[in-house]
Amino acid sequence: MNEIKTNRQTYRPIIKKAANHIVLTVLAFIFLIPFLGMVLTSLKPETEVLLLPIRIFGSRLAMENYQRAWTFFPFGQFLFNSVFIALCTSLVAVITSSMSGYAFSRLHFRGRDLLFTMYLGTLMIPQQVTVIPLFIIMRRFGWYDTYAAMVLPVGFTAFGTFLMRQFLLTIPYEIEDAARIDGCGAVESFIRIILPMAKSSIATLLIFTFINSWKSFLWPLIITGSDRVKTLPLGIYMFNGQYGTDWSGLMSAASIAIIPSFLVFILFQKYLVKGITMTGLGGR
Amino acid sequence: MLTAVGFLSPNIIGFMLFTAIPVVQSLIISLYDWPTFGERKFIGLQNYIDLFTKDPLFPKVMGNTSIYVFCYVALNIVLALAMALWLTNIRRGEKLYRSVFFLPQVTPIVATGMIWKWLFLPKYGIINNFLGIFGVPDINWLGTTGTAMSAIIIMSVWQGFGYNMIIFIAGLYAIPESQIEAARIDGAGKWQVFIKIKLPLISPSIFFAIVMTVISSFQVFDQTMIMTAGGPANATNTLVLYLYNNAFTYLKMGYAAAMAWVLFAIIMIFTLLQMRLQKDFVTYE
Repeated sequence: MNEIKTNRQTYRPIIKKAANHIVLTVLAFIFLIPFLGMVLTSLKPETEVLLLPIRIFGSRLAMENYQRAWTFFPFGQFLFNSVFIALCTSLVAVITSSMSGYAFSRLHFRGRDLLFTMYLGTLMIPQQVTVIPLFIIMRRFGWYDTYAAMVLPVGFTAFGTFLMRQFLLTIPYEIEDAARIDGCGAVESFIRIILPMAKSSIATLLIFTFINSWKSFLWPLIITGSDRVKTLPLGIYMFNGQYGTDWSGLMSAASIAIIPSFLVFILFQKYLVKGITMTGLGGR
Repeated sequence: MLTAVGFLSPNIIGFMLFTAIPVVQSLIISLYDWPTFGERKFIGLQNYIDLFTKDPLFPKVMGNTSIYVFCYVALNIVLALAMALWLTNIRRGEKLYRSVFFLPQVTPIVATGMIWKWLFLPKYGIINNFLGIFGVPDINWLGTTGTAMSAIIIMSVWQGFGYNMIIFIAGLYAIPESQIEAARIDGAGKWQVFIKIKLPLISPSIFFAIVMTVISSFQVFDQTMIMTAGGPANATNTLVLYLYNNAFTYLKMGYAAAMAWVLFAIIMIFTLLQMRLQKDFVTYE
């Protein structure tokens, strides 16, 4: 009798844990249905998408959907643009933000804190306030429908400066002081000492900027006209308007647009989480 | 000083050119009758007056946006907090579940919006077919004025709550185990530990998350543009979508700029209000 009781007591937490995991797994599965549905639909023959009752698989693997998506709009070009623009934006953000973050955290100059407060204040400004004048400015520069317009206004970020400053503040001053005594200038110590130590923050900013650029819709929608610099989200949007009922083609396009996000996420999740917990701002 | 200028100038120049100057300019534009092409005319506050007194659509759009913000933020925070508590309690495998619930956050809303449009399809959609099992009649989610906004909110919560969940998980892990242990020894149950220890200790994170989520959700655009384009009968027309249409479809830049400043003012009020509340209510350790 006694033995059974102790057994029950030891097993109860295990059973509870297992139940927790089962419920969570079911929830996670339900949560992922939109993505599963996307992939499965992208592989169904076009004529079988709207059939009742709903079937999980089509009668065959319909890879022609991907071919159709590929030719409905200049898919290769848009894919290249998405990658190219996201990379350039990240590069601009990392270079300029790590420099200004260094100045705001390590160098002493008059008006530093006032200037930084101004930077912080602009984090509150919604993108929509600047979008209209930016559109006008870009047209005046002759940058409408160019890579420059897609990259530059997004690449110079107050958020990046904020993130880099927060991190650089945590690097002990002694390390840099030692180098300074050895005759290192600010530039040298920035490149040789600070940058290598800030690797993980740089990665964080890089990934945030990349994903934001990859997801971006409003600004590209406004600033592009031809197919030359358009990105994948715009392609999917065009698809939506023109071929609203070609669900399998659409889902193929969506799958291709989503897979790189997944990859970046799986590979660099650590940095994303770090950036979120450090700032709570980026990528909303 | 010179080194500081050197380090700052790339970012500052970009910042002036692409943020500071445009902000000032947009205020100026909002005081003009500013068509995309053709003569512009200074009209003072007329755009703002028109917004609040003449435009029948603007109050509707503001109402829609407020409903969206209120429901979205409430659902987002509650769900994020509940999941964070659950996941930090089980600990093992927490990372995997966390990744799953965060996943939509990194995907383009244009793509997920299309997927949800398909999920919400009348007759053929998965959601209606599932509800049909329980005898719920077929609903045209995105095509009915009564349900379209709910559908947009459901999709948005799915897309967005993982972000705040990550913030809350970090906050919960930062609570010293000894404090929870001490409360347990004093005989506090799980619920009491949550109300008396965990909730007060992560209240700064919660307030911060609410402010940021309110700010970002006032700017909702992608979902409504993709899934409904503001329809049916403007039931899902939100502030930024209306702003976009004014600026780039009706080509009324001045009017749209005025709307952007209304949005900015709302965001400022919320930020200041919540900063005040934070001072009064939030416990810091």
